[in-house]
Amino acid sequence: MTTPAPAVEPGFDTLPVDDLADAALRQARRGGATYADVRLRRVRVLRERVRDGRPESSQESVETGVGVRVLVDGTWGFAAGVELSPGGVGALAARACALARTVRPLRGEPVRLTAEPVPAPVAWQSPYEVDPFEVPAAERTALLADWCGLLRDGGAHLAEAYLQVFRESTVYHDSEGRRIRQRRIWLHPMAFGFRIDAGDGTFEAMRTLGPPAARGWEYLTGTGWDWAGELARMPDLLDEKAAAPRLEPGRYDLVIDPTNLWLTIHETVGHATELDRMRGREAAFAGSSFVRQQDVGVLRYGSPQMTVVADRTTPHALATVGYDDDGVAAGSWPLVTEGLLVGVQHDRQTAGAAGLDRSTGCAYAESYRHLPVPRMPNVSLCPAPDGPDTDELIGRVRDGLYVVGDNSFSIDMARVNFQFTAQRFHRIRNGRLVGQVRDVAYTGTTLDFWRSLEAVGGPQTWLMSGAGQCGKAQPLQIAAAGHGCPSALFRAVPVTDTRTGATG
Amino acid sequence: MSTPGPQETIEMALAAARGDATVVIVESGVDRYLRWADSALVAAGDADEYRVSVVSVVGGRVGAVSVSGRVGRAEIVDAVDGAEAVARQAPPAPDARPLPEPGAASPHWDDPVRPLASGVLAGLVEQLSTGFARADRHGQVLHGYAEHRARTTFLGTSTGARLRHDGSAGHLELTARDGHGAPVWTSAVTDDFTDVSVAGLQDDLDRRLRWERRRVDLPPGRYECLVPPSAVADLMNYAYTTAGAGAAAQGRTAYSRAGGRTRIGETIAGVPLTLRSDPRAEGLRCAPFLVAAASSGARSVFDNGLPLGPTRWWEQGRLRSLVHTRHSAEELGMPLTPLVENLILEGPPGGGAEADLIARTRSGLLLTSLWYIREVDLATMALTGVTRDGVYLVEDGEVVGAVHNFRFNDSPLAMVRRATEVGRTVPTRARDWGDAVAHVAMPMLRVPDFPLTATTGAV
Repeated sequence: MTTPAPAVEPGFDTLPVDDLADAALRQARRGGATYADVRLRRVRVLRERVRDGRPESSQESVETGVGVRVLVDGTWGFAAGVELSPGGVGALAARACALARTVRPLRGEPVRLTAEPVPAPVAWQSPYEVDPFEVPAAERTALLADWCGLLRDGGAHLAEAYLQVFRESTVYHDSEGRRIRQRRIWLHPMAFGFRIDAGDGTFEAMRTLGPPAARGWEYLTGTGWDWAGELARMPDLLDEKAAAPRLEPGRYDLVIDPTNLWLTIHETVGHATELDRMRGREAAFAGSSFVRQQDVGVLRYGSPQMTVVADRTTPHALATVGYDDDGVAAGSWPLVTEGLLVGVQHDRQTAGAAGLDRSTGCAYAESYRHLPVPRMPNVSLCPAPDGPDTDELIGRVRDGLYVVGDNSFSIDMARVNFQFTAQRFHRIRNGRLVGQVRDVAYTGTTLDFWRSLEAVGGPQTWLMSGAGQCGKAQPLQIAAAGHGCPSALFRAVPVTDTRTGATG
Repeated sequence: MSTPGPQETIEMALAAARGDATVVIVESGVDRYLRWADSALVAAGDADEYRVSVVSVVGGRVGAVSVSGRVGRAEIVDAVDGAEAVARQAPPAPDARPLPEPGAASPHWDDPVRPLASGVLAGLVEQLSTGFARADRHGQVLHGYAEHRARTTFLGTSTGARLRHDGSAGHLELTARDGHGAPVWTSAVTDDFTDVSVAGLQDDLDRRLRWERRRVDLPPGRYECLVPPSAVADLMNYAYTTAGAGAAAQGRTAYSRAGGRTRIGETIAGVPLTLRSDPRAEGLRCAPFLVAAASSGARSVFDNGLPLGPTRWWEQGRLRSLVHTRHSAEELGMPLTPLVENLILEGPPGGGAEADLIARTRSGLLLTSLWYIREVDLATMALTGVTRDGVYLVEDGEVVGAVHNFRFNDSPLAMVRRATEVGRTVPTRARDWGDAVAHVAMPMLRVPDFPLTATTGAV
């Protein structure tokens, strides 16, 4: 890995952060806070959309500000603003303390934060090779236009390419002495092809499978994903999908490709093991979980082939950081071991309220304006050492589907009943792929699904993918989480027809 | 160093601009919110936002840069230079054209931005405190969220437009649970919370908790459903945010017909529904001019400042307009109907209240809200999702019990085609995708044969 000199953020790196943070922490203490943290954050975003080779939309945005969070009389207060002077952040600390006093009548149990180590002042940066923000705009647009061209040349009637790039810079100080500076980059390129039936006006669409990644511009030019190869194959696959027959609803064996399975892991394991959801903190909005705290160590989540780990340390994964937004060092820990639920995810306040000793380091706030909330780390399904490749898994299926690429996804409030579609459903007959079928969804309930897992593929099938736009909390916050997984074989999963709603 | 105000920022940016045309947008505002669960505070926040966006046009090419935070003279000039640098490198924009001819400046252009009344949530804290105590007496817990958002938008262009809109929005959601387990939900939209009665909302929740006492199991199937305004808002937000005329003419939306045509003119609703926008609609006010810091399929930066007026998207059940940019309207030879940031669905006059629709139901389900709604099929606008926080069995005009939740699979367009009755239109907010269109007013709809494709015990 060649990491160049750290990416520079003019106007942010030169801020007198020690003076600003000290002013906020001093004012918080004066305002009666027993705990306070200060988060200076800049988020630089690039969004660009090219349609049929012509630019539709492009915007570069930079957002810079500071959030001050305080505990006064065991009650949270938070104020965020953009005035980055000692006087300005001091005033925010005073506002946060005043708000905490205003809302004190609504406090339940006083907030309890877990005791965590205080690292020496530290800086962390995610690895990348080429800073995407240094790539000339003309070069970016030309690459996306080329992608549209590959799809059109292959026969797609319409093509669209979309790129979003994030660079997040944070300086975090708290009243317990943490001083952390970190920066990470992630991006998500994607392209869509459309095939339109000139006769009846119906159409079919397909999206690239390339996942979002915490990488630099090199990711669009061959490192980590073969975009050119995928774009060259897509038009024929799209034609086949548009002409594909429907499928008789019923139960089918599924070989699920990592490009689809990551999202099912996100929805059925990732969110279900968030301790704040389990404890009802999100019951009015994002939802709860069927998992209870007392299930840890007891619940059979899936078959013995299911081992799921959480981490914030895997290189190039979307939730990887040095420290979370409570200043807790990134780590890794098991969630499900050989089918048994063994762990959950949380931040300092959620762990403290649950009577746990330590946080797993999952606090995250989307921007300076948002309060840190517990957010999903990277949640990944482990491959079987020496496990089979995808073809071998397909070879074990007499009558089933090979499921590729995430598409529509929906799950209930407790993370039980789900319905997922895919970019492609390939029919398997007698161990071989015999062409696509269309208008298919796989459905089910979380525990039944994971208990039907018969085999996971080997490390050669494993892919790190992830969700770039996961929403939670009010006001709604977006976060990114990585999900690695191998191909996997599930037996007798309910499959429906999305046009008729028939369930077979 | 003093930071220039919004109006001064716009003049500074336009003075520094060297492109053929320049648009500067300043958004300034505050969010205040409270969040609670199990009758105890979870979060309270108070957050300022200040954003300057610059769009530069050079030789029919566009550069768009947005800077949020402390923006002084140096940052303003940097943003203008940055946008121009991007524009010089960009390929020609297909929608390029001169900016709209400016009309009269907003009369309140020079007024200072009103500071948010600091007490906007203080009265609510008192009401909630009382509400928590009442819930506790009845063996209930309350979950919920209250948010007040104020934004002032200034738009200035190199062609002389000076337009301003002062907007605000607030809403409160309240969930109650008692010992029986299943939660119930209600919500209110408000400007400043002075017109919200937490006790009144609790009365509604108590009524729903009484409905929950008798539990009924039903199999998946097609049921006549009374779909309440918040759920209709989620469905109509989909119908509206995918209604781009350009995309429809390209053949890639549910509004497409063969041969580059659209479905405009078709009767799409089974009852005379009118879907419309009006920036000056009472209680739903939004900017009466187009604001686009960047282009999208439905909005072009070249249309910044375009005056917006009342627009009928559906009239008496017939699709009348799709969302146009000036580019798509000219290209397709259709009347210009730009995107407006509010949405109203109405039936014929005399639509009933929820109680009236219940009373006229022989056998059906009364829904509360829809959740986790996702597109399943772009071509038909088929969506899936689940019901949330209350599905009630109605028989012979009365609620007789509560049912578990269901997964649904249906298209908003198919639902309005089957709809048989429209209730009274009321201000509401979509529960799942409420930020998609912030200001909406919707009626309850009676939708026969709503496909509920699976049951779930989740609450």
